[in-house]
Amino acid sequence: MKRRNFIDTFFWGSLLATIGAFLYPVIRYILPSKTTGAAQNSVTAAKAGELPPNAAKIFKFGSAPAVLVNTAEGTLVALSAVCTHLTCTVRYDGDTGTLFCPCHNGRFDLSGNVLSGPPPRPLETFRVEVSGPDIIVSRKS
Amino acid sequence: MKIRVIRFFAAAALFAPLVAFGQKNSCIECHIQLEDQLKAPAASFSGDIHAQYGLGCKDCHGGNPSQDDIDLAKDKTFKGSPKRGEIPQFCGGCHANASAMRIYNPSLRTDQLSQYWTSRHGQLLKSGDTKAAVCTDCHGVHGVQSAKYPKSLTFPWNIPQTCGRCHADKSLMAGYKIPTDQLEDYKASVHARALFEKKDMSAPVCNSCHGNHGAFPPSVTSVASVCRQCHPSTGELFTKSPHKKAFDDLGVGECEACHGNHKILNPSTAMIGTDDRAVCTQCHEKGSAGFAAAAEFRRELDGFESGFRAAEDLLAQARKKGVEVSDAEFKLQDVSTFLVSAKNLTHGLDKAEIVKAVSEGQEALAGVRASGEKALGEAKFRRQGLAVTTALLALFAVALALKIRQMTRVRRAAESRGGPHP
Amino acid sequence: MAKNIGQSIWKFLDERFMLSGLVAFGKKKTVPEHRRSFWYFFGGICLFLTGIQVATGAMLLLYYTPSIDAAHESVQFIMSGVKFGWLIRSVHSWTANLLIGLLFVHMFSTFFLKAYRKPRELTWITGFLLLVLFMAFGFSGYLLPWNELSYFATRVGTDIAGSLPFIGSWLKSVILGGPEVSQATLSRFFWFHVALLPLAALALIGIHVLLVQTLGMSKPIGERGTKEIPFFPDFLYKDALGWTVILVLVGVLCVFLPWEVGIKADPLASTPLGIKPEWYFTFMFSTLKLIPAHILTFEGEKLAILGFMAGGLLWMLVPFLDRRARRDERSRLFSWIGVALAVYIVTMTVLTYTLPKL
Repeated sequence: MKRRNFIDTFFWGSLLATIGAFLYPVIRYILPSKTTGAAQNSVTAAKAGELPPNAAKIFKFGSAPAVLVNTAEGTLVALSAVCTHLTCTVRYDGDTGTLFCPCHNGRFDLSGNVLSGPPPRPLETFRVEVSGPDIIVSRKS
Repeated sequence: MKIRVIRFFAAAALFAPLVAFGQKNSCIECHIQLEDQLKAPAASFSGDIHAQYGLGCKDCHGGNPSQDDIDLAKDKTFKGSPKRGEIPQFCGGCHANASAMRIYNPSLRTDQLSQYWTSRHGQLLKSGDTKAAVCTDCHGVHGVQSAKYPKSLTFPWNIPQTCGRCHADKSLMAGYKIPTDQLEDYKASVHARALFEKKDMSAPVCNSCHGNHGAFPPSVTSVASVCRQCHPSTGELFTKSPHKKAFDDLGVGECEACHGNHKILNPSTAMIGTDDRAVCTQCHEKGSAGFAAAAEFRRELDGFESGFRAAEDLLAQARKKGVEVSDAEFKLQDVSTFLVSAKNLTHGLDKAEIVKAVSEGQEALAGVRASGEKALGEAKFRRQGLAVTTALLALFAVALALKIRQMTRVRRAAESRGGPHP
Repeated sequence: MAKNIGQSIWKFLDERFMLSGLVAFGKKKTVPEHRRSFWYFFGGICLFLTGIQVATGAMLLLYYTPSIDAAHESVQFIMSGVKFGWLIRSVHSWTANLLIGLLFVHMFSTFFLKAYRKPRELTWITGFLLLVLFMAFGFSGYLLPWNELSYFATRVGTDIAGSLPFIGSWLKSVILGGPEVSQATLSRFFWFHVALLPLAALALIGIHVLLVQTLGMSKPIGERGTKEIPFFPDFLYKDALGWTVILVLVGVLCVFLPWEVGIKADPLASTPLGIKPEWYFTFMFSTLKLIPAHILTFEGEKLAILGFMAGGLLWMLVPFLDRRARRDERSRLFSWIGVALAVYIVTMTVLTYTLPKL
């Protein structure tokens, strides 16, 4: 009798423990976590009015740097800041109104086109929207 | 004789379409039947860029291609092939004539001939040395292709070989008092690796630094301007540094003194410092301020670089253990940019700037290290979780086995007691 | 006290669901025990793994996005951002492969034991259709992470479908939702994977399991023994032991060999060298690669594809073709056919990974 009870308790006990061990990850999986969602397809790059004309700001878009430019005429453009030559980060040159890569002198216009230097491909351009106080940059699809 | 006749008819049959379209070219028709050097022009001309513009043999050599008879074909206008020393003027007859070139390609430059006379090749030719390079040595002849096409002798990745045909030939170059190891040196350089392995067409080749038609070795002072074409930030830093005046006063080539000219290798932190492999000790003796500065810079960079390598290893370990670390790896690339920037700053010799760049990099590196440690922690957590779950499952399996054994025993006992189980 | 509560709950449910009838039926269910009864476990293992797939699949649905802009990123997020996401996803991927492998084992074991004999022909047919269905599950699921390998494997696979005579290009565009692999394909494959195929599988599994309940387990030809053990709970405990071992295996695989995310698909990139479909398709894939371009006047590839379809049809109709087995007689011929097929599948699969040219 005692042996039978022991086996039964052991059986049900280990079964419940195992089920618990399986339920724990399932519950943690379903409950939302603090990290933001998946694809970063849009991000708040800056606050409206933060950038004066003919100035730019580098911000993080997904896992790569991007640049938001307030042109001399006052229009906002956003492009990938990863130079297509050897992935250095480009910067805005206010004197010429171009994006300049300090590594090997690559130069792009504000539509991303290559003006001079070694870069083989244009920079990817993004969509810019002003929504209230925020400047939102998102991928063009 | 009979064979010749047969060949002629065969060639005529081949060229019948041309004849039908009224483009008779007796030059090609005859020469294609000949051999070796007399056949070559006819065989390769169809791929020539001049042919694409509708130009033919007579446009350079004169003569009358509508005539089959050799004497009628090679009439008064026939110029034959120019002597080697006359080739530049021969080509320049069209290529240096702006109004002539406008007909065919208005955007093509027409200053190649005038540039050529300023080049070392041109100067040697003028003085009577016919070994010097002329147009056909670099561009080929009768099969000239635009430099934009990969098979052209002047396409970027063919240029080292084209120049090297003469410049790497010891016997040819004997007597000119210049080295012949440039091609070999270049092929070992980081520029050659970018060009040939990474297929980066923007990488410099011979003409990028020496010019093409006006080719001349850059003077000691102009080497630096040449390098600044692609390395402007480094050049700017160097100009602002105390080295600029020192090098100029000494008459030492700016970039070349430390990096070489043809065999430019990937710069490493080993170039800075006070040991044998460093370039600083070429000028700075032990005890001098420069010597101390070199040692300091090296220390800063080494610290940063070893931290970078350690972070790389950490992430590789975590990845091997199965944890997703691509975000951290991206951040590490950013840190790599800091490292490149710090190494670049050494040209400015400004300790404060270097320290600032290194500390910014270290901050970013710390972030990556934290991610890496977290990832390793995650790997450990997973293994621990697996151990716990496996232990529980093993326990459950044992419980099952016991249950099964018990059940079988009970059934067997029931069967032996009272017949088949209900 | 607990026992009383338990009994009242039972009484409540029994009055409404007629559970006692079910329990009585269950108690009567027995499983033969003999030298070959070890093979009986495989059906249950497949069902268990299917359950795991449904559960993990449902959980992946919570975070996966079937859009080409977000699919890869969502899988990346599951693997790195979601708590235990790496585990759920790796379990799903590993179990998929194990399941298909075990389905082949289950199929061949029932084949060699001639379990397809009358009256179990429909069990065999539904089973074969389930194998095809699960390979379709594998094919459609493989595209969903939208990485380089999956994009090109899908392209290669559907190109093969497209080469069928007459219906090829139509079939290909129906599968792809257009002329090429695109967003339409991803949406369509997602629909196949989470709606169409599960419904079809549910129906087929329902019929398959129902038939096993009504007909009981088949005994090998010539098996004289009459020993039977009750299904509840004896056989079930033995089943559970097998399932526990499989769970440990899956756990070890997921922790030490988690499924990779891969590089996001770039339709403009060139096909990676040595691209091949998942291993369970490789025996067909390698056959197509090795077959000569022309046999007599027909294109080798088309002939091979038609051969597979004809072969599949014949295999499915084996219960009606194997006359001797129908009469409960030993059927050596069909056993050897089975051996030949198994050897062919294994050889071609191994060749895919060992021959450098493929």
